[in-house]
Amino acid sequence: MVKLPPMDYAAIMPLLILFGAACLGVLIEAFVPRRARNITQLLFSLAAVIAAMVFVVKRAGNVTAANAITAGGAITIDKAALFLQGSLLVLAFVSLLIFGERTLEQGGAFVAQAAVTVGSEKDKEQAAKSLGSTEVYPLALFSLAGMLLFVAANDLLTMFVALEVFSLPLYLLCALARRKRLLSQEAALKYFLLGAYASAFFLFGVALVYGYAKAVDFASIHTAAAVGAGNITLLITGLGLLAIGLLFKVAAAPFHVWTPDVYQGAPTPVTAFMAACTKAAAFGGLIRVLYVGFDGLGWQFTPVLGAIAALTVMVGAVLAVTQTDLKRLLAYSSVANAGYLLIGVLAGGQLGLQSVLFYLVAYGLTVIAAFALITLVRDADGEATHLSRWAGLGARSPLFAGIFTFLLLAFAGIPLTSGFMAKLSVFGAAVDGGQTWLVIFGVISSIILAFPYLRVVVMMWLSEPGESTPSVSLPGVLTSTALGVGTIATLVLGVAPGLLLDLADKAAAFIR
Amino acid sequence: MSLSAYVPIVGLFALAGAFGLFSVAAAPFIGPRRFNRAKLDAYECGIEPTPQPIGGGRFPVKFYLTAMLFIVFDIEIIFLYPWAVSFNMLGVFGFVEMVIFIITVFIAYTYVWRRGGLDWD
Amino acid sequence: MLSNLWLLIAIPAASAAVLLLAGRKADRWGHWLGVLAPAASFVLGLIAFFGLRDLPGRAAEQTLWTFFKSGDMTIDFGLLFDPLTAVFVLLITGVGSLIHLYAVGYMAHDEGRRRFFGYFNLFVAAMLLLVLGNNYVMLYLGWEGVGLASYLLISFWYNRPSAATAGKKAFLMNRVGDAGFAIAIFLMLAQLGTVNYNQVFSQVGALTTGTVLVLGLLLLLGACGKSGQFPLQAWLPDAMEGPTPVSALIHAATMVTAGVYLIARSNPIFSANSTLQLIVVSVGALTLLMGCIIGAAKDDIKRVLAWSTVSQIGYMFLGVGLGGGAYALAIIHLLAHGFFKANMFLGAGSVMHGMQDQVDIRRFGGLAKYMKITWLTFMMGWLAIIGLPPLSGFFTKEPIIAAAFEQHDAWKSWVFGGAALLGAGLTAFYMTRLFVLTFHGPKRWTDGQHPHESPAVMWIPLVLLAIGSVVAGGLMASPVAKWLEPPLPAAPAEEVHGVLGHTAITVLSLVLTVLGAGLAWALFRRGTALEPQPAGPVVRAARANLYTDAFNEAVFEKPGSWLTRALVYVDNKGIDGVVNGLAALVGGGSGRLRRLQTGFVRSYALSMLAGGVLVLGALLAVRLG
Repeated sequence: MVKLPPMDYAAIMPLLILFGAACLGVLIEAFVPRRARNITQLLFSLAAVIAAMVFVVKRAGNVTAANAITAGGAITIDKAALFLQGSLLVLAFVSLLIFGERTLEQGGAFVAQAAVTVGSEKDKEQAAKSLGSTEVYPLALFSLAGMLLFVAANDLLTMFVALEVFSLPLYLLCALARRKRLLSQEAALKYFLLGAYASAFFLFGVALVYGYAKAVDFASIHTAAAVGAGNITLLITGLGLLAIGLLFKVAAAPFHVWTPDVYQGAPTPVTAFMAACTKAAAFGGLIRVLYVGFDGLGWQFTPVLGAIAALTVMVGAVLAVTQTDLKRLLAYSSVANAGYLLIGVLAGGQLGLQSVLFYLVAYGLTVIAAFALITLVRDADGEATHLSRWAGLGARSPLFAGIFTFLLLAFAGIPLTSGFMAKLSVFGAAVDGGQTWLVIFGVISSIILAFPYLRVVVMMWLSEPGESTPSVSLPGVLTSTALGVGTIATLVLGVAPGLLLDLADKAAAFIR
Repeated sequence: MSLSAYVPIVGLFALAGAFGLFSVAAAPFIGPRRFNRAKLDAYECGIEPTPQPIGGGRFPVKFYLTAMLFIVFDIEIIFLYPWAVSFNMLGVFGFVEMVIFIITVFIAYTYVWRRGGLDWD
Repeated sequence: MLSNLWLLIAIPAASAAVLLLAGRKADRWGHWLGVLAPAASFVLGLIAFFGLRDLPGRAAEQTLWTFFKSGDMTIDFGLLFDPLTAVFVLLITGVGSLIHLYAVGYMAHDEGRRRFFGYFNLFVAAMLLLVLGNNYVMLYLGWEGVGLASYLLISFWYNRPSAATAGKKAFLMNRVGDAGFAIAIFLMLAQLGTVNYNQVFSQVGALTTGTVLVLGLLLLLGACGKSGQFPLQAWLPDAMEGPTPVSALIHAATMVTAGVYLIARSNPIFSANSTLQLIVVSVGALTLLMGCIIGAAKDDIKRVLAWSTVSQIGYMFLGVGLGGGAYALAIIHLLAHGFFKANMFLGAGSVMHGMQDQVDIRRFGGLAKYMKITWLTFMMGWLAIIGLPPLSGFFTKEPIIAAAFEQHDAWKSWVFGGAALLGAGLTAFYMTRLFVLTFHGPKRWTDGQHPHESPAVMWIPLVLLAIGSVVAGGLMASPVAKWLEPPLPAAPAEEVHGVLGHTAITVLSLVLTVLGAGLAWALFRRGTALEPQPAGPVVRAARANLYTDAFNEAVFEKPGSWLTRALVYVDNKGIDGVVNGLAALVGGGSGRLRRLQTGFVRSYALSMLAGGVLVLGALLAVRLG
């Protein structure tokens, strides 16, 4: 007789809530009348995220080494997992607000029927007046639930399932843009093909690691690696393949190639969600694999991953210099930021872990605010993301240009912004961990990257607004809330980072 | 574990690859070139290519939709079959799991049904 | 209230934020919010003040949060409310509220009134932060905050070139002082590892004499910059380009006295080194005389008052430099000065209001009849500043002069006491000149002037401040001195007998005052010429600010601009070349790399595969190699 392994329902409650809410969301799609769907789905998803958050917070109080591993050893709800889950929920909450915005454009940022041929009569009709799809909410919830599982997975197979669960809805979400639909569909297809390709690497890695350790759970892998018996080549190759799968998701060079195309093509709310949440989830998984599973290798992989980090920061920064589209620019900036995060990961130890956790939250909130602002600058054809269109925006609407300037300064890591504190903690941890050479690359990259940011700032403030400068739409209450939360968090985390740093410090503890 | 047991397999792969390469490379030189219409047609599994409208060659999206729905429910059956075979061994736990699985597929089915995925037009 | 000190700062700060962010919507009610904020802080300040009486140790200290932390150095965002802070809080919010009220009327026709009140509240918040901090970093934060507000308000009418230039001048000269102050803070951190007042003061004894001297000199440099003392005095008179309420609040009553606060607050440092005290006293004495002499030669009503401020702060520096019981004397003079100088500045503003912004005192005359309230209130300020008993100046300036005489060395008594005494006579002369030329004598108006009294919203603060000018000194002189110790040191028990007795000094200074005032009355009773007259070298020098501006230009500005030009040359030819080359390199690299981003999934997959092979190869190489 197969029996249900002991389940700690209090620990996995957030996961259950999100999966359940996503399923219910599908039913809402089926039964709630079209007009009421958006508001119902939005409120329902937000409520689900809040409920999950409540359980995460409740759990954070009484997590111990003894009760962390549950569900038959498939899931570890330790402090790091809880911190990541909490961060993911907060970031997703803010992104969902942008998903729900309907005042900027009739029907929102998503197309009602993605299958309608682009440019056909029917397409023109639906672009003009259809209500837009609301499947995005259950899709986002599925994806979010997958991310929560991903950062808490205790074995490689659970991790792989979670990876697929959070990736598949994202591929779909990317295809749903209301404007520039061909670009959006192309992006989704590329993301799907390359994502599947990367998943194959990951899965092959799992197989090889199993071949070595005869198990897929992290504790056994750790023990086997520490003993070091048998053919270690198998383990190393397995780790390499796993790393490729994960580095694809975090957008590290040379596995970053999809990032600019997908970030540009996806509907901007989805881009915000991906830039903040996918990055957090992928790094959550990566640190768990490296710190928990392969710690036994004695960090022999540091030089190779270090080279990738160095390459990533340089490629992201250098390519950002010649970008002319804001979403692409932010995509390359996101690549470079993945590199900075990787530097923090390789710093190792408590300090490295703390800096990465802090960085993920700080960067996530800033990037959501930045994309939220991009949704506001629009003309008759939707968002105007070409850099030249932003010329003279400072004269048109100083408030929004000011906020965007502030956010760009945060990306550039100017003091009094969260970006500065985040970079400081990551680089500090790396110097502490003996990885000074990576910090040198990081600093050079930051300097290069400051140039494209400042170019946008100069463009907005010092150019005369031209005929083609679009106006900034007044955001609805949802987008303004998201924008406000992101901006204020960027400021607060820059001025008084102590609270979150302490929290990250306490959370920087894995249980094997 | 030794990988030497796999050497024959690698050899087989090499052989297969070499054969493919050789065939493709040699064909233009040694093969006869007699074209007819059928040879230029797209290769379709058993279906006679029908005349299409200009710029066509497309199937309605519905065709793929139905095909995919079929696969989804097909897989459900494939899952149900082994479960039914080993029902006694899996016990209550297996039963509950399977009910949950069926419920999730049912939710998807409801969605498809309510949103008109099963209507051809 | 003592447990919620942050409210004192938060209210005006919040109001400033509302005013500056709300946009035109707030134009209708913004100025009243602006008045309400400092008034609310004043009420809270009063409550805190009365709460202080019953507190053991008479000081409330609280840490709001850790500002930053690095290694074993911790700097808290902490507030301290002790007697010294209390009097400053009451001065800033009390006089501040009156001036805010006045500004409602004064700025009524200005389009930027809301912006003005936003900056004004920002100033109040920063100034309160300055006096409420419990460590030097907090003080520095407020210090820079008031500097910013001062800059914004001096150049408030930014489309006037002279105002914009004056703002820049104030900003730059303050930077010199601020740099000194900042280095002083670094020195504290390096030597003591803390910036908290109590911890710094308790460790001063452990420092070497040289360190204390350097530390004190750096703090003094900061104080001189902010308070317009020699050699950094030149910005203050130019700062009068701002609206008159700004001159009254920032450049007379409060901000410029921040230097005095800094020295008084740091009294354990300054008292620890007699050379340091001698330097402070010298700066004070020199500046007070300079201010008097230049003030006597100026014809712009606000500039005369500005030089008078420079000179009066010189008295305060003299006081804090003398040390011992004189710290308290300086603070009391500061408070009294806050009243009568604010009163006179607002009076000047009222005159300008009635005379279509005319500032030249040669173009006034006979205004007493037309502006009775302004005339009377200004008279109270005038009598107070020249130190006529029983008005406040008498009770606060006289003790400083007496203290300057009470020194062990006879030469010091004569030099500093003499300077203070001479200053009293000169003050009487130039202030009487100002008063008489403005309000009495024949009319010398330009055509089309119709002087009139200002509206009630402007004269009510004038009256209140005039009452303060009359009674403040007498009421405060002895109780406040006692109230202020600690934190200020008590007067030593043994009395030092200087070269002159108390009575002699009082009589002498009164005689000099009457002589100075009488001379000015006699000279200017019949008005004055409308154009500057040829004069002897002393007057010419005074008109040219004693050539200090020329000195600055020759010694700092010219070599500075040469150096800048040389650096620009090096920068253009050398550094820019390197930078541009690097930029071109990055840009070119970027353009080339960009071509790899073809948009084809197949090439993306290929690059991923290549990356994967490299990663695996490298990993295995590291492992096996």
